[in-house]
Amino acid sequence: MVAVLVAAALGAGGCGGDGEDPVILATTTSTQDSGLLDDLIPRFEEESGRTVKTVAVGSGEAIELGARGEADVVLAHSPAAEEELMAAGKGESRRTVMHNDFVVVGPDGDPAAVRGDEPAAAFAAIAGAGAPFVSRGDESGTHAFELGMWEDAGVAPGGDWYQESGQGMGATLQIASEKGAYTLTDRGTYLATDAARDLAVLVEGGADLLNVYHVIAVADDAGERVNAEGGKALADFLVAPASQERIGEFGVEEFGEPLFVPDAGKTDEAIRAEA
Amino acid sequence: MGVLWDALTEAFRLLLTGDRETWEVIARSLRISLTATALALALGLPVGAALALSRFPGRRTVLAAVNTGMGVPPVVAGLVVTVLLWRSGPLGPLELLYTPTAMVIAQTAIALPLVAGLSSAALQHVDPELRLQMQALGAGRWRSLWVVAVEARLPLLAAGMAGFGAVISEVGAALMVGGNIAGQTRVLTTAAVLEASKGAFALALAFGIILLAIAFSVNLVLTALQQHGRP
Repeated sequence: MVAVLVAAALGAGGCGGDGEDPVILATTTSTQDSGLLDDLIPRFEEESGRTVKTVAVGSGEAIELGARGEADVVLAHSPAAEEELMAAGKGESRRTVMHNDFVVVGPDGDPAAVRGDEPAAAFAAIAGAGAPFVSRGDESGTHAFELGMWEDAGVAPGGDWYQESGQGMGATLQIASEKGAYTLTDRGTYLATDAARDLAVLVEGGADLLNVYHVIAVADDAGERVNAEGGKALADFLVAPASQERIGEFGVEEFGEPLFVPDAGKTDEAIRAEA
Repeated sequence: MGVLWDALTEAFRLLLTGDRETWEVIARSLRISLTATALALALGLPVGAALALSRFPGRRTVLAAVNTGMGVPPVVAGLVVTVLLWRSGPLGPLELLYTPTAMVIAQTAIALPLVAGLSSAALQHVDPELRLQMQALGAGRWRSLWVVAVEARLPLLAAGMAGFGAVISEVGAALMVGGNIAGQTRVLTTAAVLEASKGAFALALAFGIILLAIAFSVNLVLTALQQHGRP
């Protein structure tokens, strides 16, 4: 049955890719929503003559696709899950690409009085006040980070005030804005989302809120038919000086400040020390 | 309300200024969904005819399965096709995942039960006497089948329209097997989801309005065909 469909679709569609093996990049919705990849990927395609299939999913799914060898290169911001993937021998290399930071946003009235707090204290205050908080709830890198913050705050989030959107960052910001709720967001999506204008940045800065992106070239033997060479080429491209310069400039024109800080060659510790 | 107005003006702007990217997305949506509908008709009509006009063991079970298939959520169909097309899956060597062809396959799978189920119902509705009379008049098997099909042409075209409507508007499978890749597998529905997730609601709605306009045009043609020669 499926074979018939495939044969029929191939014959009738005639719309498959070209000869060159495409590179499959699994990445997070936040990088796609920011528009950065639309800027960088065409440059890589032109330079290398390869085509890239960018699949934007949550960090959890992106890393899972890499671990199964269904993607050739992974760009993610979920350090614990990334290290697991490397430990399982599914990654050929893992390198720092860039960072931005997370911020806690909420209604300007700030019912839980968290403005200017340390991150963990702010999360504890939100829970203590029972002020509405919208969580991504989608196993994204941002969601993983948020869960880590609750742990630091010594709170097990739950109850009427804690709501899970199950959606991307832009949609979650919109929901938080409509409900007058707090949420945790990466600064890039916050800046790029018009619907978030009603929300104010209440907690920011410091090493605790850093959001670091790494690129993982998937190992040849992570699965069948992995295009390891193509994956590595794209990973190399992202940390190359020209791309890093471009990352540092991206967003300045539209938002007045860069959305990401280029970090190639730095360790996580060095980035933390600078923050 | 402001967003709705912005969406309407944005939709007209994209259509009338001939925005290249938008027109490419429209052409891709139509190509994929029309191909899938044609395939679903080619495969589904014979199944529907067999279910309606012949008797074989297990017919009722197949009919029940087809009717259940009409309600399968696109995202489930997409998930199954994705796993089959994975590099590690049985059809991995074809390297079809994240291509328009993969989307055609998934959408065909979604439309097939609709076409088979509705066409079977349409053909069963034709008076069984008609086929007997035709055969008594000496018409062959195919000739009498054709007459029955002509008699049932209105609901049969409706089956095609239902199939097309289902696939042009579905997003779950398109997103999953296509990956919503710009310039390759981005169609109207996945573009709308992407823009909404970015918070660009007016643009997302504009894609929705364009989708409705396109579906309306296609159905207008089909309806004209269907109602041809009727007062």
